[in-house]
Amino acid sequence: MASLTMYPDDERLASRDRVAFNLYIITAVALFVLMMLVGLTMRMSQAKWLDVPPNLFYELLSMHGAGMVGTISLATTAVMWFFLRKYVRLHLWAFVANYVLFLLGALCIIVSIFAYGYGALWTFLYPLPVHGVGMWTADSSALFMLGYLLIGVGSLLFYLDAAAAIIKVHGNLGRALGLQWLFGGKIDPDHPKAVVASTMVIITNSLGILAGAVVLVMSLVNIFYPQVVLNALVAKNLIYWFGHMYINATIYMGVIAIYELLPRYTGKPYPISRPFLWSWAVSTVFVVIVFPHHLLMDFAQPRWLAIMGQVVSWGAGFPVFLVTAYGALTNIYRSNIRWTMPSRLMILSVFGWAAGIVPAILDGTIRINSVMHNTQWVPGHFHFYILLGVLAMALSLMFHEIGSRAHAAPNSAADRMGFPVYLIGGLIFVFGFLDGGRMSVPRRMAQHLDAWTYTDKIGSVGAILVVLAMLYFAIRITVGLLKPPSPSPVPVPESMPQPGPMPSPSPGVVGVGTTNAAG
Amino acid sequence: MDIQDVVWTIALVGMGLVALGFVHVIVQAGKPADEAATRKSAHSAHVLQAWLFVVLFVGFVAGSWATLRHFPIPPQQGTLGAQQVVDVVGRQWSWQMKPDTVRTGSVVEFRVTSDDVNHGFALYAPDGRIVAQTQAMPGYTNKLLHTFERPGTYTVQCLEYCGLGHAPMKTTLKVVAAKGD
Repeated sequence: MASLTMYPDDERLASRDRVAFNLYIITAVALFVLMMLVGLTMRMSQAKWLDVPPNLFYELLSMHGAGMVGTISLATTAVMWFFLRKYVRLHLWAFVANYVLFLLGALCIIVSIFAYGYGALWTFLYPLPVHGVGMWTADSSALFMLGYLLIGVGSLLFYLDAAAAIIKVHGNLGRALGLQWLFGGKIDPDHPKAVVASTMVIITNSLGILAGAVVLVMSLVNIFYPQVVLNALVAKNLIYWFGHMYINATIYMGVIAIYELLPRYTGKPYPISRPFLWSWAVSTVFVVIVFPHHLLMDFAQPRWLAIMGQVVSWGAGFPVFLVTAYGALTNIYRSNIRWTMPSRLMILSVFGWAAGIVPAILDGTIRINSVMHNTQWVPGHFHFYILLGVLAMALSLMFHEIGSRAHAAPNSAADRMGFPVYLIGGLIFVFGFLDGGRMSVPRRMAQHLDAWTYTDKIGSVGAILVVLAMLYFAIRITVGLLKPPSPSPVPVPESMPQPGPMPSPSPGVVGVGTTNAAG
Repeated sequence: MDIQDVVWTIALVGMGLVALGFVHVIVQAGKPADEAATRKSAHSAHVLQAWLFVVLFVGFVAGSWATLRHFPIPPQQGTLGAQQVVDVVGRQWSWQMKPDTVRTGSVVEFRVTSDDVNHGFALYAPDGRIVAQTQAMPGYTNKLLHTFERPGTYTVQCLEYCGLGHAPMKTTLKVVAAKGD
């Protein structure tokens, strides 16, 4: 069971661990700000407030897509590592190797885009990378793909190390997922949710990355040996299989922060249960087989794949609504939770995930997809659960960690102002997209008709607010992580009576190793 | 009401219900409960969770049946027997469409493919809303059936990013009233 101790000793970062963690987080928040500025530039261009030439627009779009997916993966990998290392023995070299390979891969991607004009987007949809028609060359596509391969190898190294460590403790991945308790038996109350979630991510995202590696190598072969022609439908299936699992893994890595941190802020235990194990077992399968919902408008696909895409998209809502969101809300209900930055961000993240999948599930319906596919409805729903969901999950750990340095959960006046700016800006931003989808405004388009620009303007205003809030968060987190730790307060003895059956965690008195609630 | 407006309404209601649940819990979060109240609310939460499961499950089954009973994608093998057939080829960055005029009231079969990269064949009604779409993929011909009810000039817009000329990759389809309409 997750600890109710606010800053437990086994979570404290030793010197080398701290350097690695800080590198991940500071790199991630800096990249988030930069990629958000890129996104804002595109929205303002669509709103006709900025004049961005189409070639630059599509370069920015390629950068924003690849950059954001990579960065959110980097940040949530840090979340998974931070908590998983308490339960199994992870090797720091694997965590650092992932970071180094990420930077090398990012460098390849940046050079391919801004030096050589790559503009086939983060999806590198075959055969577009070899059809740049003057905007980019096949060589620039090859460099971009090399960047992906480096990042993928880094992720796989991290997952393999984590898988080996989990198997060492739990015997095999099935037992780590808790499959032995699905149909009966006494569930070990100390079986960590972080291990369950990490195992699911390792299984699904390793498969996804391997699928990505296959299609990347196939595409590279096509670049250097054009006589080797690929099947466009097979390539598209592999690309979306990889892409879907890679971005979904970020949610499942990020949510570990909620499982671990929420009970500390509510003071209520958040125990593991059979429905929880069922939801993760089912999600493991669903995440692997749901990807055909990206190809519903490819009528040449076998019919059973399209049906599976719709049915599983709908079914994917059950674990989110009934277990994760419901469980988090039950934990918060009448808990006397103290609202600080980590707890605010946690509830926002669960809301962003749960609310954001409503338009996503609708879009996964074949009949609806026939009018919403590739409209702005799509960035509307995925920005909803990434910006207001996954990123908020990662931010909650970042704020929590700077709280551990200061021995008090962050809750300054500027924090209290930054949070609503992020929330309101985020909502305006995503509803600008969703309304664009309602009006059939296409996604991924440099030039917009005048009739469409009002949603672009709404989106731009929201994006400005989000960028401002994120800029503040990035500075706050960077300064907080680099600050030397405050002198430790006198710890409360474990035997000291706790104030009531459901005490509120008081940030001012909670120190490292201090228990704020019985349990 | 267009399907887009129906979808928009369902989405707003769904997201609104989720938001209401969160607002309710946030309002209640500041009121600490004693042990008895905690036990009672835990029991109520389990009952509510079970009901929520039943409601979602019924919605899942009924919704799947309603939306898949008449499968929205026509069979891709063999002939479809449509009275009107339009052959469509997409290429960077133009559409070739033969013929470019169709009639209202009878089903049109669009046979859509691509000469180079993936494109998106989207039909925009004169009011600016999408009425149907499919992908144009090299090596494959996707068959799309659509019956036009309103005459007018429809726009075919590429909806799958295909390079620098993606946005201007559009053409028009004339839909005339059938005799007797």
